[in-house]
Amino acid sequence: MTLLTRASPQTLRLVALALALLATILFFATQIEGYLSPRMFNRISTSAAVVLPIAVGQAIVIMTRNIDLSAGSILGVVAYMAGQTLNAMPDLHPVLAVLFCMALGAVLGAINGIIIAWGRVPSIIVTLGTLALFRSFLVEWSDAKTITTASLPQWLVDLPSANAFTIGDLDIRVTVVLALVAVLVTGLALTFYRPARRFYAVGSNPDAAVMAGINANRVVFTAFVLAGAFAGLSGFLFLAKFGNITVVAGLGYELKSIAAVVVGGVSIMGGSGSMIGVLMGALLVDTIDNSLTRWAVVSEFWRDALLGGLIMAAVTLDTLASRQLSKLRKGGTQ
Amino acid sequence: MTKFLTPWETGLLAVFLATLALNASFAPEFLTVQNQINLFQLHIEKIIVALIMTLVIINAEIDLSVASIMGLSAALFGYLVNAGMPGGFACLICLAAGLIAGMVNAVLIARVGIPSLVVTLAMLIGFRGLARVLVQDNSLGDFPQWFTDLGQKGLIGPIPLAMVLFVLLLILLGMTLHRSSFGRQVIVIGTNAEVARFSGLNVARVKTVLFLLSALISALCGLLYAARLGSVRGDTALGFELDIITMVLLGGVSIFGGKGSMVGVLLSILIVLNLRNGMGLMSITGHMQTGVIGFLLIGSVLLPNLLADFRARKRKDA
Repeated sequence: MTLLTRASPQTLRLVALALALLATILFFATQIEGYLSPRMFNRISTSAAVVLPIAVGQAIVIMTRNIDLSAGSILGVVAYMAGQTLNAMPDLHPVLAVLFCMALGAVLGAINGIIIAWGRVPSIIVTLGTLALFRSFLVEWSDAKTITTASLPQWLVDLPSANAFTIGDLDIRVTVVLALVAVLVTGLALTFYRPARRFYAVGSNPDAAVMAGINANRVVFTAFVLAGAFAGLSGFLFLAKFGNITVVAGLGYELKSIAAVVVGGVSIMGGSGSMIGVLMGALLVDTIDNSLTRWAVVSEFWRDALLGGLIMAAVTLDTLASRQLSKLRKGGTQ
Repeated sequence: MTKFLTPWETGLLAVFLATLALNASFAPEFLTVQNQINLFQLHIEKIIVALIMTLVIINAEIDLSVASIMGLSAALFGYLVNAGMPGGFACLICLAAGLIAGMVNAVLIARVGIPSLVVTLAMLIGFRGLARVLVQDNSLGDFPQWFTDLGQKGLIGPIPLAMVLFVLLLILLGMTLHRSSFGRQVIVIGTNAEVARFSGLNVARVKTVLFLLSALISALCGLLYAARLGSVRGDTALGFELDIITMVLLGGVSIFGGKGSMVGVLLSILIVLNLRNGMGLMSITGHMQTGVIGFLLIGSVLLPNLLADFRARKRKDA
């Protein structure tokens, strides 16, 4: 009991998450033949790499007590337009291509941010609207044409199978490194960079933050711009991984990102959460997702039902546990 | 006029008359009875759910899972009928499933105390997932004749069952909201849940009733939709929550709770129906129409905010 009350809730949450991830992997290892193989590692790590940046952006937004339902549509628009641009300009430098994707995403995120921060419209309403708006823009823009792998420059087609380095038998892909850098940079910034701490301040108590001299509107706006930029990065990775982009690209990724963030222990009430949690949350969600398709016992159609159940379980446990914990604490001080 | 309608509702009435005039001038046969019935029938399930959503949002909550519950109920019906169950019995089971879904929402929101936004978002995924489990990649049809007749043919003269239900629920829920003590509790809790709790109102009970009703009506509308279409798939009613919430907020219901009227929502329903029809006449595609609805959704909350800002600034200057 003393251990329980002394460790911070955040630490306990991460330990629980790590145990859940371990248990999931061990369970599927007994169920699926050849599960603990380099191939399966590749499958899960590259799939998680697409979700990770968008989840990082979603986490920043949720920390400020908001939500971004349009992230999947932003991913789709960026993946499609980036494919078009690279088709028209095959000589575009890869770094510039990534920056183009993030900038385009940031512009779309800024539209959300302006209406939410200065129009005082709740983020759920704005992003539910732009979820539809951005998607219908893409449908009009694309004119029902599909981006195909053949129209993309060779470096992009080769990117998903390019190795950054290997650890033993395990190949670490370049796309995975890119996603991990996004997590790491954001994590370090949120811990050590003072202006980034404002996301927590605004999320945990907006009124107090304003009284402390923080421009809350600007912080919320920045959160949405960053979320857009990260969704753009996911759009780039999506384009690289799949190559063929239709108007439904990224459909449902907003829900997947929210799942990763919430399962990763970012409080939906704002003000708390860590990037290491988001990383583990995304890994857990993707591990389950990818393993279910290989598991013979349950049909893969269970994926969404389980995803919903997982989010609900994580949030419910979190709510109940934090209530219990604060009770224990109160008991301890008497 | 302004005695009965708020300024926002008067504006809605003007917009409604404008869209009506526009539609009528585009196609003279627009104002025939059959055409008006068709207009309602095309989106009848959404506008029925919008009625109960009005109460939920006035209560300062939101239910994002309605479209998934519609899909789940439709999928369950298709599954059961194709497994050989009599249609009437299958309908009852679908409504019971709706109640169970509502119970899950209600317990987590009203008892455990998790925000409805989170609970119903998770259930939006979860219930949709269950619908997909039931029908997989298939399209299930072969419904009993009486079932599809109820969805497609007139019940009272040319008026089909769904429209009868819409009118009944409009009156029933309108009276509940504006003329009953339960309705007053819904509004008071929506204005300030803390104050309501300290004045002895049973906040959890009111919220439980609302989420049960919301899920039950959604399940019913899922059945109506299945009957009208004659078949169901895993993505039946996907994304309907956007239209439903737009209709409610455009009707002047405050997303922060406490404010709104059934008259406003009825006017906004009429506007959205006429607008969709008009866009169809001008051959604007379904995707673009959804975009316009998204635009309306944001505008219906943004515009009053900007007007309030403008007024505050004018007062300061004076």
